[in-house]
Amino acid sequence: MSAPPVDRLAGQLAGQLAGVVGAASVTDVVRLSGGASRETWRFVADGRPLILQRQRSGDGRDMGVEASVLRAAGAAGMPVAQVIASGTGDDSPLGASFMVMTAVEGETIARKILRDDEYAEARTMLPAQLGAALAQLHAIPVDTAPGLVEQDQIEYYRTVMDTLGQPHPTFELAFRWLEQHRPVSPRQAIVHGDFRLGNVIVGPDGLRAVLDWELAHLGDPMEDLGWLCVKAWRFGSPKPVAGVGDYQQLFDAYEAAGGATVDPDEARWWEVLGTLKWGIMCILQCNAHMSGFSRSHELAAIGRRVCENEHDLFLALEGRW
Amino acid sequence: MIPHDMPTSRELVESVREWLERDVLTGTTGRLQFHARVAINVLAMVERELDAGAVQAATHQARLDQLGCADEAELAARIRSGELDERADEVRELVWASVRDKLSVANPKYLAGS
Repeated sequence: MSAPPVDRLAGQLAGQLAGVVGAASVTDVVRLSGGASRETWRFVADGRPLILQRQRSGDGRDMGVEASVLRAAGAAGMPVAQVIASGTGDDSPLGASFMVMTAVEGETIARKILRDDEYAEARTMLPAQLGAALAQLHAIPVDTAPGLVEQDQIEYYRTVMDTLGQPHPTFELAFRWLEQHRPVSPRQAIVHGDFRLGNVIVGPDGLRAVLDWELAHLGDPMEDLGWLCVKAWRFGSPKPVAGVGDYQQLFDAYEAAGGATVDPDEARWWEVLGTLKWGIMCILQCNAHMSGFSRSHELAAIGRRVCENEHDLFLALEGRW
Repeated sequence: MIPHDMPTSRELVESVREWLERDVLTGTTGRLQFHARVAINVLAMVERELDAGAVQAATHQARLDQLGCADEAELAARIRSGELDERADEVRELVWASVRDKLSVANPKYLAGS
């Protein structure tokens, strides 16, 4: 009987990984996920648990930039996994861009972090820990990670909407409000781009590591604070900051850890933009099903969540138009 | 008039949802159970749409007519161009009403909770 493809891949990978991390033995190679653009593997090198993220061959994005941001974040004292090795390009030792990192134990599933008794104490610490982590990130000089680009979020998501060809009057109202109230900010920092529960590892002792750096870019640091407060990332909890805290707790912790003074109206502007972005992302996820890329009733159903974001936009902008 | 025998399409969908709730949800765990729950939600949504669809379609069209727009695409384009700025309050009120209609089918609990 021939081995299943994933097992065969794992066997091949074990040999290559031993070379990459300089280990005498690599065992327990398991694929954790295989997303659209990258795959994640867990393995043990000389008794040490490690994580491999590998870009799909031919994917244009350069994981080398992400690795340098992650190294800089670690050096700045932010809780992150330590980068052990990285390579770029299809001629790398692993045939595609990759990063090997230390495996951080803990929970990533937001609903467990928000509801399980095990994380009750962590929940009280998270607002301050998340604020402090962002302050550490935003203090890093922007030239530390060459290759990061600044992207005008309004322009980018307008283009995405037009390409999708499903016009939404609510989104046009929100775009106009955002354009008319855009904060005039000379501040520029390294922005994580997807800083929220689901993308952090939490233990009973609180925040352990910030993950998923693939959307990192240069921009207004308030973008990360606003995104953290988007309603979808509260996962049903009434508390606005990641479902665990109040705005003032986050802003105070951010400022106390050296972050710039937060103007609540500016943070709110980014929260509104984030709500709009998540609405557009719901259309994109549904499209993955509709186009045949990944047939799934779960993705199809996300298309009908667009109106949750439309409703949230009206609630957020009531009295502010 | 449709030529089909009983049950109606709504009743067919309902029967499958009831089976998912009665047998599949209780007989599964983990990821499969989660996907069964998603399927139940999807079918319940279809039932609500079949119940409310005709009325909602007429109401939505009347709102578009009031703003002089043939469809959502025209309304979106005229909001973007600023053409409707002078009627901003009216536009927002009508668009929000249609959003509430969509939510009442997609996720009535969400509407109730906010």
